[in-house]
Amino acid sequence: MTATQERPSDAIEKEIGRDRRRKEDQRLITGRTRWTDNIVLPGMLHLAMVRSPFAHATITSIETADAKASTNVVDVLTGADFGAELGAIINAWPITPDQVTPAHSPMPADRVAFAGEIVAVVIARTAAEARDAAELVEVEYDELPAALDLKRSAADEVLAHPDLGTNKSALWVFDSAEAGTGGNVDEAIAKARTDGIVIEREYRQQRLIPAFMEPRSVVVDPTGEQYTMWSATQIPHIVRFALAATTGVPESKIRVIAPDVGGGFGGKLQVTPEEWIAWAVGRRLGKPVKYTETRSESLMSAHHGRDQWQKLTLAAEKDGTVTGLKVELLADLGAYVAIVGGGVPVLGAFMFNSIYKFPAYHFAVQTVLTNKAWTDAYRGAGRPEATYAIERLMSELAAELGVDPLEVREKNWIKHEEFPFTTVAGLEYDSGNYEAATAKAKEMFGYDELRAEQMARRASGDTVQLGIGISTFTEMCGLAPSRVLGQLDYGAGGWEHAEVRMLATGTVEVITGASAHGQGHETAFSQIVADRLGVPFESVEVLHGDTQVSHKGLDTYGSRSLVVGGEALVKAADKVVEKAKPIAAHLLEASVDDIEFSQGRFSVRGTDQGLAITDIAGAVFAAHNLPDGVEPSIDSEATYDPVNFNYPHGTHLCAMEVDTETGAVKMRKYVCVDDIGNIVNPLIVSGQVHGGLVQGIAQALWEEAVYDDSGTLVSGSFVDYLLPTAADTISFDIGHTTTPSLTNTLGTKGVGEAGTIASTPAVVNAVVDAVRHLGVDDIQMPCTPERVWKAINGPGSGGSTEGAAMPHFESGGAAGNQEQPGTASTDGAGS
Amino acid sequence: MTRISLTVDGASVSDDVEPRLLLVQYLRERLGKTGTVIGCDTSNCGACTVHLDGTSVKSCNVLAVQADGAEVTTIEGLARTVGGDDGLHPVQEAFRECHGLQCGFCTPGMIMQSVDLLKNNPKPTEEEIRLGLEGNLCRCTGYHNIVKAVQHASGQAEVTA
Repeated sequence: MTATQERPSDAIEKEIGRDRRRKEDQRLITGRTRWTDNIVLPGMLHLAMVRSPFAHATITSIETADAKASTNVVDVLTGADFGAELGAIINAWPITPDQVTPAHSPMPADRVAFAGEIVAVVIARTAAEARDAAELVEVEYDELPAALDLKRSAADEVLAHPDLGTNKSALWVFDSAEAGTGGNVDEAIAKARTDGIVIEREYRQQRLIPAFMEPRSVVVDPTGEQYTMWSATQIPHIVRFALAATTGVPESKIRVIAPDVGGGFGGKLQVTPEEWIAWAVGRRLGKPVKYTETRSESLMSAHHGRDQWQKLTLAAEKDGTVTGLKVELLADLGAYVAIVGGGVPVLGAFMFNSIYKFPAYHFAVQTVLTNKAWTDAYRGAGRPEATYAIERLMSELAAELGVDPLEVREKNWIKHEEFPFTTVAGLEYDSGNYEAATAKAKEMFGYDELRAEQMARRASGDTVQLGIGISTFTEMCGLAPSRVLGQLDYGAGGWEHAEVRMLATGTVEVITGASAHGQGHETAFSQIVADRLGVPFESVEVLHGDTQVSHKGLDTYGSRSLVVGGEALVKAADKVVEKAKPIAAHLLEASVDDIEFSQGRFSVRGTDQGLAITDIAGAVFAAHNLPDGVEPSIDSEATYDPVNFNYPHGTHLCAMEVDTETGAVKMRKYVCVDDIGNIVNPLIVSGQVHGGLVQGIAQALWEEAVYDDSGTLVSGSFVDYLLPTAADTISFDIGHTTTPSLTNTLGTKGVGEAGTIASTPAVVNAVVDAVRHLGVDDIQMPCTPERVWKAINGPGSGGSTEGAAMPHFESGGAAGNQEQPGTASTDGAGS
Repeated sequence: MTRISLTVDGASVSDDVEPRLLLVQYLRERLGKTGTVIGCDTSNCGACTVHLDGTSVKSCNVLAVQADGAEVTTIEGLARTVGGDDGLHPVQEAFRECHGLQCGFCTPGMIMQSVDLLKNNPKPTEEEIRLGLEGNLCRCTGYHNIVKAVQHASGQAEVTA
């Protein structure tokens, strides 16, 4: 120990704010990875699933003899073979007390409710033999009518689960007059009808597929005292809880590990039939088992996202001052109520009013059961839908008024001096500066120049028109204050847990309950701890994703890891310092009151005497010379429950070129200025923004999960489900303004979902803006050339392209390409 | 079963394989080369890209028996093609430097394809990079920083956050 060594303070650079390269990358770029599918255990058996080809059918018989007789097949098991031993798939968020929730067995014995549902599992010595034998399982079905179209299902024309008597699962309502947060929206609309402006629209949020790159995989090892499950999941802690709650195995006997996880985007925020079946098979056979899905299985049976019809009414004064907003949603749950399920549209309920000062607001969502894959969180979860609706409406209001869409936004948004601001939805926005973000974005974009070019192209009748789209979004993130979740009837809290362990040799182990799957927690959390404890970045090791190491946590989703998990970490680190202080005083022979802590060093005020915190860790390990009554540990933990959400915001500007002869669209420029508070690592932030943007842009332009009229997913491979490639996308201009959040110590806001939430309406607004002078005021997503062309050349919003996604051989010749909107197998745009 | 002999990341290997076994399955299941991954069933995603006799291939689209007698380089052996076993290939280094990866699942294939792209076109334009990587899907990065990493590896881009 060198108690008097000088440390020049100006030599220490703050870690927070540095563009540190990621600690995670070394292993990922060299292939030294631990994906679940890489795990091989002695005697491990492989599973293959037999899945229903029908959307809705009764199972009349399952013949397994041939499969069982196949080489190296160990067993074939059905739902009937298991019964209650399988456990159940839970919904954690019944959004109303009377929510209609179908029982969800991981492998039903009697009836299937969507195409892709598992009816039998084959267990064999190799994956190939299991899959071969799965082909030999003969299942007889009696097909039942399937509830497919959302609107018709909401009318109970065909029942997804006949014994429930209805497809209507829950009606969740928020009304500002009833809540006391604002006025009566119907009165506002009535007034606007006689003496103002009413904008009424119906928008479609198409069904999307999260399409993480790593297919889901699960390994179960039932040998040893604890059963271990490795799973490609975002939520190892929640999986452990649900396994204990539904399969009768004590929670203390269950270890769940999320090793390297290849993306999630909400798609791995689920408890899955595949996990539960692997668990049951492993326990029954007493052997390790592995199941890894194919891409087609993933697209068919992992949960989907979005899928809403949005009926919207905006009321305004003649001068463009908004006076009311009424939102009526139909949300497709799919065949079962997933873990968050109807909670996804409810998360959007507080965001439709966005940054605008609506005096009256009404929100209602009717969740609906259908015979399609279940839906749940997909990046943004409820907030992209809300942002899309309001940002499209504000541009429609501007068009009605004949003013620039930024002007009508500025007229109605919360001014920076008005924070904190309690919204009509009852949230308190702590901070923000919409003026600053917008000014910076306009400058980066060259807004005035592009508007001038747009006018010139219109004047010259250019066949390629230019459109400018705007999205001045906000979101609520950092899920979530537990008290709020309780008020919303969510089945768990929203806290996060962290531990800091000071090791004897000077390194620091940090344990977080936020389970990363690509975000870069190991790097960003190291930066936070390095600053807080004054230890080198390299000395910090971040551990996560294993319930035996990180015994407590609520995992990663909802842009919560930094703002909730990071805050827990700050509190744990501060406790380490507090615990070390009396020990430092003792070793420095000074009064505790005279001890100061700065940049990793305890010093005696007014002297050059001091000790590094790592020296204290060494002294505590030896424990030879500690003050009386002080425990030999400075390790600390903290569980943090946020007091409020935080509210990132930003201004996104998009320029799209639209070929009016072909309907082809091309992105010309995309600028975004996001205010996400203080930034821990700008490099990681840039990656989150870029990736988020492309997922939102992809909803606007390319992606759609399409079912045919028998309930088969026809976009069930990467040939058919259009993920954008490098060649489809452009480089982005991103910037930031900074208004620190007041709801956490670090002043940070979430960033994981911002790009996705903001970009979709910016793109669609730009496409519509390019052709508005041709009489177009809506184009249904995704804005394919076909839809754009139809919108230009006919009534409506381009209708459905579902027909185009299906095989053409039945429609016969050229006529197949000439379908009118709404004539495809399921209903198209309502307008 | 068919006997195949080949070189993988510098090591001579020989096995009896089923004729239907894919090269990627052989690499992962028989050789434990789990750095190369499988992301789809339809050869769209490119996560399994390796070099077969110096040219990038999607190893889910090649039978193991087709690699008989060939030299295969995976992400795990890429660095040794330019130097020591414990170093990084410049393209690997560029992906790290430019934050060209997040979850890392597409990364092995993306890097192997980028190496092949730069071998054929050492100073590609942004458009040439984007077209050259069209067969590799990434869901995390939005491709922005992947493009930048390839530009950086080709000596054409400064690194900025």
